Amino acid sequence: MMNYFTYPLNPVALLRKKKSIRRELSCLPNLADKRIAILGGSTTAEVRDMLELFLLHAGIRPDFHESDYNRYFEDIMFPESGLRNFRPEIIYIHTSSANIQRFPAIDDTLETIEELLESEMDRYAGLWRRIEQDYGCPVIQNNFEMPHYRLLGNLDAYDRHGRTAFISMLNHRFAEEARKRKNLYLNDINYLAAWFGLERWHDRLFWHSYKYAMNYEAIPLLADSIASIIRSIYGKTKKCLVLDLDNTLWGGVIGDDGLQGILIGKETPEAEAYTEFQRYVKELKERGILLAVCSKNDEANAREGFTHPDSILSIDDFAAFFANWNPKHENIRRIAETLNIGFESLVFADDNPVEREIVRAQMPEVAVPELGSDVAKFIDILDKTGLFETVSVSRDDLQRNLFYAANTEREKQQEQFASYDDFLRSLDMVADIAPFFPLYLDRITQLTNKTNQFNLTTLRCTLSEMEAMSCDQNRITQYGRLRDRFGDNGLVSVMAGIVKGVELHVDLWLMSCRVLKRGMESAMLDSFVARAKTRGLSGIVGYYYPTAKNCMVQDLYKEMGFRRLPPDTTDNGTAWHLDISQGYSRKNTFITVKQ
Amino acid sequence: MKKPPILERMTDVFRDVLDNETVALTRETTANDIEEWDSLSHITIIVAIEKEFNIRFNLADLKPLRNIGEFEDLIALKTGSQD
Repeated sequence: MMNYFTYPLNPVALLRKKKSIRRELSCLPNLADKRIAILGGSTTAEVRDMLELFLLHAGIRPDFHESDYNRYFEDIMFPESGLRNFRPEIIYIHTSSANIQRFPAIDDTLETIEELLESEMDRYAGLWRRIEQDYGCPVIQNNFEMPHYRLLGNLDAYDRHGRTAFISMLNHRFAEEARKRKNLYLNDINYLAAWFGLERWHDRLFWHSYKYAMNYEAIPLLADSIASIIRSIYGKTKKCLVLDLDNTLWGGVIGDDGLQGILIGKETPEAEAYTEFQRYVKELKERGILLAVCSKNDEANAREGFTHPDSILSIDDFAAFFANWNPKHENIRRIAETLNIGFESLVFADDNPVEREIVRAQMPEVAVPELGSDVAKFIDILDKTGLFETVSVSRDDLQRNLFYAANTEREKQQEQFASYDDFLRSLDMVADIAPFFPLYLDRITQLTNKTNQFNLTTLRCTLSEMEAMSCDQNRITQYGRLRDRFGDNGLVSVMAGIVKGVELHVDLWLMSCRVLKRGMESAMLDSFVARAKTRGLSGIVGYYYPTAKNCMVQDLYKEMGFRRLPPDTTDNGTAWHLDISQGYSRKNTFITVKQ
Repeated sequence: MKKPPILERMTDVFRDVLDNETVALTRETTANDIEEWDSLSHITIIVAIEKEFNIRFNLADLKPLRNIGEFEDLIALKTGSQD
């Protein structure tokens, strides 16, 4: 099953077998239901079917609303359409160059061409504004693929009358809009079509016969791309790349061939290909993906490989390093523990098909791309699988590797102290705890959607929902940042509750595992209680909903002095009460809090 | 090795696309005889048949076909097959 969804996709098999694949995927446990509207400027039936497969595979069970053929505009602008009742959680606008209202004519003045561009932009801007007003949900919008023919040949690309030039201008403007609009996500079909091959993409037979704007076999690729965006909107992205060494990061076997014998550098085409792959991996690290080594080697040999003068990667690039003779899935478990991240956040890259198969069988949550054994293809296979798709790159992403490096420093320090309390005191921790603030909403949403372990309710929210929450007068919200003498941990905790009568009901409480056992949860609760008291509230009601990942916080409320409420208070978890009307004793002793 | 007859391979394609192992095609079968064979699955069938037989239909080929017999003949013509 898994292999249908790794790169290179097999569109023929996916299309031919879609019904049976769908039947199997629908049986997966813990699927999250999402309402997704597909509004098309061309036929969308197969897009819907393929998107369903890719979303099911990502753990999302979609309920779809489709516009009638080419009624995307009307569906959004006229509220009597079924879209309103459907209450979409995500809207995908499937338009293409075929939907451009009017291309420049060869005798148009430059002013007319400018007007054409503006009028096209106004149409889409109107749609996005309307969606923002009526639904406030994320919009995934196709940009435009290059045209089928070029009346002016090469000149088409730079004469203002050329279609190629006009489409480039539109794409440029779409990118500008997407940078400005929080809820607008571009699906880059311009890149997809180029990658697929423009000649094949523009399948005229399917356009004339069935009004599909692209080749049928390109639809799985398109669906994969949309699903990647949706996954990343819901924070289902990968955080860590686990790498084999021999014949993955360098050619040859370090234990047999020695440092002089491995292939890396510029001496041979193969060595160059490994160098290029190492550079790609290094770039992933720089944009915030954690790296880990999982190799069957003596540790000394494994480490020696990175002392090669041509090695792009160095030992310091890895947040975890496991080189030994244990089974790989056991090492991967230890990597997840070391980094405090879930198995579903891991991607495993290994040239050995047997190792890949064992990891797939033992740890189905881990993504294992079909890496193959040809190093020249490794980058394509990791890059096109969309595993590391992200909707934004936050400052925290760029600093993530520093956080983990600082953690290693802290652990070294810890060993020197007589007690853990002494160690905590020595950290000089300072927290900044304040209500949700617009500048931080991206990070708050990202953290909320990807935190699995220290998460009491596992409530997932889109950016728009977070914005709404932060403006809601009936709500109390706060984020927490924490720094210490080893560095800034960034924004690491989120809490939110809704006021009902004289009580504050906590429906969101989570914390990054980066700062576990530092007393940050106590500081968060203290501030939250203070806010509730200011509002004149007399009690806090907390909820714990168990998942496969969050048992570490099942007794959190008890430890914080809450009293368990009768089981019938909540359906599938536990509910807890803390009386604050008779005073409250602060829990935090190690962190200086700036409100 | 000789490949199975066209009708047999067509049947496999129909069974996969329609996810129905009981589909049994004869030259007389029409879309009315198979519940799941609608306009949407028809497109998928066309694409899957093209891949199965390594052929490409053109616009004129895709004029309405009356039954499986006509479809089989079209494939035979395209592949230059004798059976």
